[in-house]
Amino acid sequence: MMNNSDQPTELQADTVVSMQGIVKQFPGVLANDRVTFTLKRGEIHALLGENGAGKSTLMNILTGLYKPDNGMITVQGKRVVFSSPNQAIAHGIGMVHQHFMLVPTQTVTENILLGLNEPRFRLNLSKYNAIVKDLGERMGLPIDPTAHIWQLSVGEQQRVELLKILYRGAEVLILDEPTAVLAPQEIEAFFCTLRKMTSQGKSIIFISHKLNEVLQIADRVTVMRRGRVTAEGVNPNGLSIRDLAKLMVGREITFDVKKEDITPGEVVLSIEDLACENDKGLPALRGVTMSIRHGEIVGLAGVAGNGQRELAEVITGLRKSTRGKITIHDRDVTHTDPRNHIRHGISHIPEDRHHTGTAPNLSLTDNVIMKSYTHAPISKGWTINQVAAERYATDLRSAYNILSPTIKTPVRLLSGGNLQRVILAREISTQPALMVAMQPTRGLDVGAIEGVQKLLLLQREAGAGILLVSEELDELLALSDRIYVIFEGRIVGEVVDKDIDRIGFLMCGTSPEKNEAMGEKND
Amino acid sequence: MTNLAPVKSKNKIRIPFQVRFEPRLGELKWWQSLLITLIALIVSLLIGALLLSVVGGNPWKAYSHIAKASFGDIGVFSDTMVKAIPLILIGLACSVAFRMKLWNIGAEGQFFLGAFGASIVVLIPIVPDGSPSWVYISVMALFAMVFGALWGFLPGYLKARFNVNEVISTLMMNYIAVAWNNFFIYAVWSEGGFQMSKMFPKAAWLPRLTDFSKQIPELRGLTTHAGLIFALIMVVIVWFLLSRSRWGYEIRLIGDNPKAANYAGIQIKKNVILVMMLSGGLAGLAGMSEISGVVHRLQGAISPGYGFTGIIVAWLAKLNPFLVVIVSILFGGLILAGREIQPSGIPKLIQGIILVCLIASDYLVRNRIRIIRRMED
Repeated sequence: MMNNSDQPTELQADTVVSMQGIVKQFPGVLANDRVTFTLKRGEIHALLGENGAGKSTLMNILTGLYKPDNGMITVQGKRVVFSSPNQAIAHGIGMVHQHFMLVPTQTVTENILLGLNEPRFRLNLSKYNAIVKDLGERMGLPIDPTAHIWQLSVGEQQRVELLKILYRGAEVLILDEPTAVLAPQEIEAFFCTLRKMTSQGKSIIFISHKLNEVLQIADRVTVMRRGRVTAEGVNPNGLSIRDLAKLMVGREITFDVKKEDITPGEVVLSIEDLACENDKGLPALRGVTMSIRHGEIVGLAGVAGNGQRELAEVITGLRKSTRGKITIHDRDVTHTDPRNHIRHGISHIPEDRHHTGTAPNLSLTDNVIMKSYTHAPISKGWTINQVAAERYATDLRSAYNILSPTIKTPVRLLSGGNLQRVILAREISTQPALMVAMQPTRGLDVGAIEGVQKLLLLQREAGAGILLVSEELDELLALSDRIYVIFEGRIVGEVVDKDIDRIGFLMCGTSPEKNEAMGEKND
Repeated sequence: MTNLAPVKSKNKIRIPFQVRFEPRLGELKWWQSLLITLIALIVSLLIGALLLSVVGGNPWKAYSHIAKASFGDIGVFSDTMVKAIPLILIGLACSVAFRMKLWNIGAEGQFFLGAFGASIVVLIPIVPDGSPSWVYISVMALFAMVFGALWGFLPGYLKARFNVNEVISTLMMNYIAVAWNNFFIYAVWSEGGFQMSKMFPKAAWLPRLTDFSKQIPELRGLTTHAGLIFALIMVVIVWFLLSRSRWGYEIRLIGDNPKAANYAGIQIKKNVILVMMLSGGLAGLAGMSEISGVVHRLQGAISPGYGFTGIIVAWLAKLNPFLVVIVSILFGGLILAGREIQPSGIPKLIQGIILVCLIASDYLVRNRIRIIRRMED
């Protein structure tokens, strides 16, 4: 039985957080099954696991969002029971979520002070600006406290989030996939910051499923799988990516993508001097020229928000271009509606699975026929042949291993990986000439990523041209035959020799070879 | 911030269990949602009973009176059906639009325009006097649907072209429609100074059950008219459109996620206009059935708010065309009972309570209750 008193438990002096035997049951899922986790002062402790492994649940328990069904948490050697995030932060535990929670129209200082009891009435901003600036410099997070959030880059916004919890006195920082939004060069700097913070006695829990980063930065690693800890606080020295992946997934994962040698065929898509605006009416693409052939995967590298989404939307007809020309198989499709693009064999794996790619409350069947309901056999005159539609859904469900109770299940009940398989199944089964794949593996776990990548390669072998947009450079390098780099709406370079350093420089807009940066088209 | 004492209030009352609402992760079985609806109905009747007894009434008497006044015998049930017919058609009209999350609040106006459209067939006249009944009725139905559809087209077009909020435009157009009708019954077709048109010829009447009492004496005095047949045909057509046709699929997709629909190549603007027209057409047909089946002339007070009750009907029927029939009969009964019992506000009050309870019960559809034993530390 558990200790029933509030007495401080004697633990090693350097243990900041200790979670013992944490159990959390959700309807139908045992999210945490007797999980044990300890965090030492001044360490970076990586928490690794697939989606649904129970990492988030564990951290939500630590930050007071959930109450464990069983188990014990001690912070600085004292027994604690949190019932709200405020209590957790009062004990020095703060979390930076993957999606930032900042008010774009307010300044850095205002965002940091938001929700605090002090200052009470009069905002003595200049005083607090100085405090924030000073804190930032001490922690290696330099920032202009008077800048408005919308003026900041994603990396700078992340600094604000960190400062926000540091200002509240956090000793333990929980970072949920902090590198997902950063460019490779920024990641280096970010890791330096983390080191600086730990050298000042802060302790960091680093949630991630990027294995190479974990090996690079973590002092210790805890791996979870299906609610259980499969490796507790191990030292990553001497472990390989393969070892970690095996701990995460429970089976061997092949990281070597087997790519067949294919000579690309004729040009399927060619884009000339394409320009368009973003949702705010500002220029998003400023003259993009590129071409994609049958049987090749063309990567598009770039830091998020440099026009990738707009490019994908223009190619698929979802966004109007303001200039330029798009041709598919020598037919001009500029300024035509999405239906026409679909008819010409363009399929699209959208970035946003929930808001664009699927209709959450409709059934699996309704979701997979989205692109094929206008053709026989699913279309019968002006009606839908329900039998054919359901057969189609059943076939895709088994062919693509979509785990859903029935084909009538609303897709909102499916997990991220399964939802992505629904989209892939739908987009691939139309046998596209060109596939625009936006972040097809984002948020998926290692096992699912492997499956998605295989499907893309199969499409390539089947002769489709693929535009792969991804923020995972490793993935781009592994899958692509060549890579365009986009920066501020322009293609700033094309890389065929997998030169990762050059890609990294181009992504940041600091081309090492300025003279050949723009408009380059040939190998 | 250095205070690291365990967070615990000493004087907290300890209840050994905790009731919690958690989002439902699975789907509901059909009987579970039926049960929730039934419980909501019972709860709303209990609340109504409480209010009735507070104002000094006997709730059980009142309820049994309502039941008798609307479902007590074949005669009153027939009257209930008369009230249910426009509700079915308008419930369908709203269901079609709401499926696409197009909030057509203008069924009342479309109903009046439908009545107007049906009337001009007789009053201008469009078909020559002395035409056979089937000519009158089919042309009147057609005109009613066209005029209703036109009244739906306007806000639909404004929405598609200029993104005008359809809630406001359809609501406002209700007032225009009523004023439009009033102009004609006051000024143009006023019959001897009364605010109503002349009586339509018999051929323009929808046949009623009582018309067949010569052959079948049991039907004497039953007012249910052939509008019911229109309504039931429309139920089947709308059901087929919504759940079997390609267009219905597009409507469902747009309703659930317009972005995904656009991504699938569906033209949303065109569908906004078409759905508003279908919705208006159905409401217009309700206007015709009321004119031709009940009052037999164009006059002012032809609707006790059918256009608005229809919204409630569609909502309670969860936009399911077959459930619309059942809910319409229930509400038809409540409307009828409103004339029978005093104070007449009571059935309206009960309508309101039922609606609130059913909408609240939706929370239980989406969430589940869990009773958890408190883990004391």
